[in-house]
Amino acid sequence: MTMLFPSDLEEACEMLAASDGKAVPLAGGTDLLVHWPQRFEDHGRTFLDLSQLAELRAIRWSDSALILGGGVTYWQTLGDRAVCDAFPLLEKAGRQVGAVQIQARGTWAGNIVNASPAADGVPVLMAYDAVVELVSTQGEEEIPLSEFYLGYKQMRRRPNQLVRAVRLPRRRHDVEVFEKIGPRRAQAITKLGFAATHSAAGWRVVANSMAPTVCRCRTLEGMLEHGSPIRRPEDLMPAIRQDVSPIDDIRSTAQYRQKVFSRTLFHALFSDEK
Amino acid sequence: MTKPEHRDIGFTLNGEEIRFSGTGTERLLDVLRYRLGLPGTKEGCGEGECGACTVHLDGVPVNSCLILVGQVRNRRVDTVESVAPEALVELHTSGATQCGACTPGVVMTARFVIDHPGLLERASVRQLMAGNLCRCTGYDGIIEGIAEALRQEETSP
Repeated sequence: MTMLFPSDLEEACEMLAASDGKAVPLAGGTDLLVHWPQRFEDHGRTFLDLSQLAELRAIRWSDSALILGGGVTYWQTLGDRAVCDAFPLLEKAGRQVGAVQIQARGTWAGNIVNASPAADGVPVLMAYDAVVELVSTQGEEEIPLSEFYLGYKQMRRRPNQLVRAVRLPRRRHDVEVFEKIGPRRAQAITKLGFAATHSAAGWRVVANSMAPTVCRCRTLEGMLEHGSPIRRPEDLMPAIRQDVSPIDDIRSTAQYRQKVFSRTLFHALFSDEK
Repeated sequence: MTKPEHRDIGFTLNGEEIRFSGTGTERLLDVLRYRLGLPGTKEGCGEGECGACTVHLDGVPVNSCLILVGQVRNRRVDTVESVAPEALVELHTSGATQCGACTPGVVMTARFVIDHPGLLERASVRQLMAGNLCRCTGYDGIIEGIAEALRQEETSP
């Protein structure tokens, strides 16, 4: 059991390459270190500590985008008024990831590469058309977040790549919605959730805990785009059945997830009683 | 398996420079309790939910069960042992503590909220305290104690 302490991102990439992609990048540890003493299978692994790399902690703006460094925590974005004003769903979702203690350590990029279908940070990033910037000793690569996942816990990040940044295009949105349904209001793992946005780029509807990966719901997006008549939550069900494939598990049932998705989405987008 | 590499790990603990040799892969919680003799920080769930192990890292509450000690090198860690007893009067009188298992963690998050009242512009005390579970008090005593401490801070010059 060993820890590697790179002094900058370049050295981190070299250490990762030297380990043949076997070292485990570790930032906030809010997923990787849960029940650490009992994780015997992980005790022999090498961890690459990214938590102290200043260049990953930067929040930057370009003319066209917000650039969150790969080590930016939820707490950092919650404390940044410009970020919360321009991308209100980052605040809405960020406040619902654990509580302060988790928000202070957990990172947006870590939420992406942990690749949980229940990730709460990923839906809002995907609804804002985030692009994942990867880096390795081989060079750089950019992948739209909506094309990042290949299957349950499968993604296009290669083992020798680190997330350098997550880039969100600056757009004017006239709809921004995030809903998380869990067993209680605080500190819950999501039964189902979604983020929806509308801008000149069109509709984005992104669901979590509804499929093997967090995913865009293209049929729903198409319905909204074409202004199909939607008078009741049930009108959304055929599209929901096409877009997602929820399962029965310890947290909920497929039927509950579909039904509550249709109702909360309808309520968020069409209901007059807000 | 390669031999674990020991190295010098240094950080500031409750205002004092600490230095010891280790792989860096022990949990901060275990190092505090079993190597440095500070048992005030408790372990509850070990998964970052209950908050009993809350300490401040560079002034912000974190779960010490989810941090490997190598990750705090050259940084500032403050534990419940650093809190002056008189800073706890309001929590004591409001009935914020019963069995005491959650109390060290509650105290650390409570001090953070009391010391940063600006946070209350965007979040409630209850939301900010959501990372500290208490099975005895029903939370009202905790919330009231923090509210009272905030009132005291406001009226004191």
